[in-house]
Amino acid sequence: MTAGWSRGQIAARAVDELRDGECVNLGIGLPTLVTEHLPAGLDVMVHTENGVLGAGPPPQPGFADPDLVDAGTQPITVLPGASFFSSSMSFAMIRGGHVDTTILGAMEVSAAGDLANWAAPGRLVRGIGGAMDLVTGAGRVIVLTEHVGRDGAPKLVQECTLPLTGRACVDVVITNLGVLNVTTSGFKLVELAPGVLVEQVVEQTGAPVAVDPAARLIPSRCASRRRRCS
Amino acid sequence: MDKVVESPAAAVADIPDGSSIAVGGFGTAGVPWALVDALHRQGTGQLRIVTNNCGFNGAGLAVLLRAGRIDRVTASYIGANQDFAQRYADGSIEVELTPQGTLAERLRAGGAGMAAFFTPTGVGTVVAEGGLPLRYAATGEVVLASDPKEVRRFTIGGRERDYVLEEAIVTDYSFVRAAVADRHGNAVFHAAAMNFNPDVAMAGRTTILEAARVVEVGELDPDTIHLPGVFVQRVVRVADEVTR
Repeated sequence: MTAGWSRGQIAARAVDELRDGECVNLGIGLPTLVTEHLPAGLDVMVHTENGVLGAGPPPQPGFADPDLVDAGTQPITVLPGASFFSSSMSFAMIRGGHVDTTILGAMEVSAAGDLANWAAPGRLVRGIGGAMDLVTGAGRVIVLTEHVGRDGAPKLVQECTLPLTGRACVDVVITNLGVLNVTTSGFKLVELAPGVLVEQVVEQTGAPVAVDPAARLIPSRCASRRRRCS
Repeated sequence: MDKVVESPAAAVADIPDGSSIAVGGFGTAGVPWALVDALHRQGTGQLRIVTNNCGFNGAGLAVLLRAGRIDRVTASYIGANQDFAQRYADGSIEVELTPQGTLAERLRAGGAGMAAFFTPTGVGTVVAEGGLPLRYAATGEVVLASDPKEVRRFTIGGRERDYVLEEAIVTDYSFVRAAVADRHGNAVFHAAAMNFNPDVAMAGRTTILEAARVVEVGELDPDTIHLPGVFVQRVVRVADEVTR
């Protein structure tokens, strides 16, 4: 067994950060996997930036409505209690602090909680989208990412080198190696993925990592769910 | 008060080269395909487009981009639109990347008679601090970048933070797509096809609306109307098929 969490397990772990009654926005890519792990008993409203509150799982084959898509333009359904609205209304919800949590991807996260996730030199620019509004307005910002890039370079760094999406905005980072909170004194490891050593996290992080004394001992709260999805 | 014109071609016939046009839609949803197609057939060029993502999977505005008809795009997202990304990177178009919420609010503000507004989005980034590349040279260096914007500190609801001044957008024309409209231009949208359409409709000096269903005045319940017809100057009925 490979040590650490798979992409699906990272998404499943993110669910543990959500509280009953929250409104949550999911970014495109890895964060969209979070919907697959929402347990039936957890009452959260999923907001999509293109104007849906109360988004549900993908439709059964043959039942897709081309006018009903998420921010990644994938077909979705809506759950009872859903509503539709314009882009300015959607971003009034985001900017106005009415969205409790946003979960998005990252190219770099700094020890101060700065996030860079929209442009990198030598690569074609994919654009800003709703990310700058989300990290500015959402109550809590959770980043899901691989701990290092494809080239092996740390994505958790002392200072971001890429153009920023927002400053001091990230609260929690969940990677294949574990869970790190962004505190006023930098990254703090609060949970390790199974089979991962503290030393590995420290080695693969481009900034100092404080270790919560209980980090090793924290039982993974999503262990049962993870077994189901693996 | 009857705003119905007979065809998409007639609806866009007076649009000259060099016009600014705001276009509704997000991905495949709520895109005014027929109006964009009519503009392409007409050959209008040097366009300055304001839209969220400028075409999708080679359809919609992507066709105008590929035909070299667009000079400048204000948009939030490029995504996997390789042709858009390439044209931005090689300097064949100017691009003003704008956070999505700021883009929607700039359009809404333009239609609402506001000159500008302060938003927290983009503070501490190139959006507020300047230096966002607007145009590259073919060789790759930045030949035109955005200026710094005014940042001011406000205390709102007991929270002190910085906000950046963003200007409203008003365009010569706007293209929107609704599910149903009446002859006055009152419109109803379906599901996530609403997206930018109401904001885009408000921002246009001349707003052209396409809808798969056009009904007589009085048929729509006033309680259900999403976009009042006062924001719409022309209405055109189009085939109920989605081009993707």
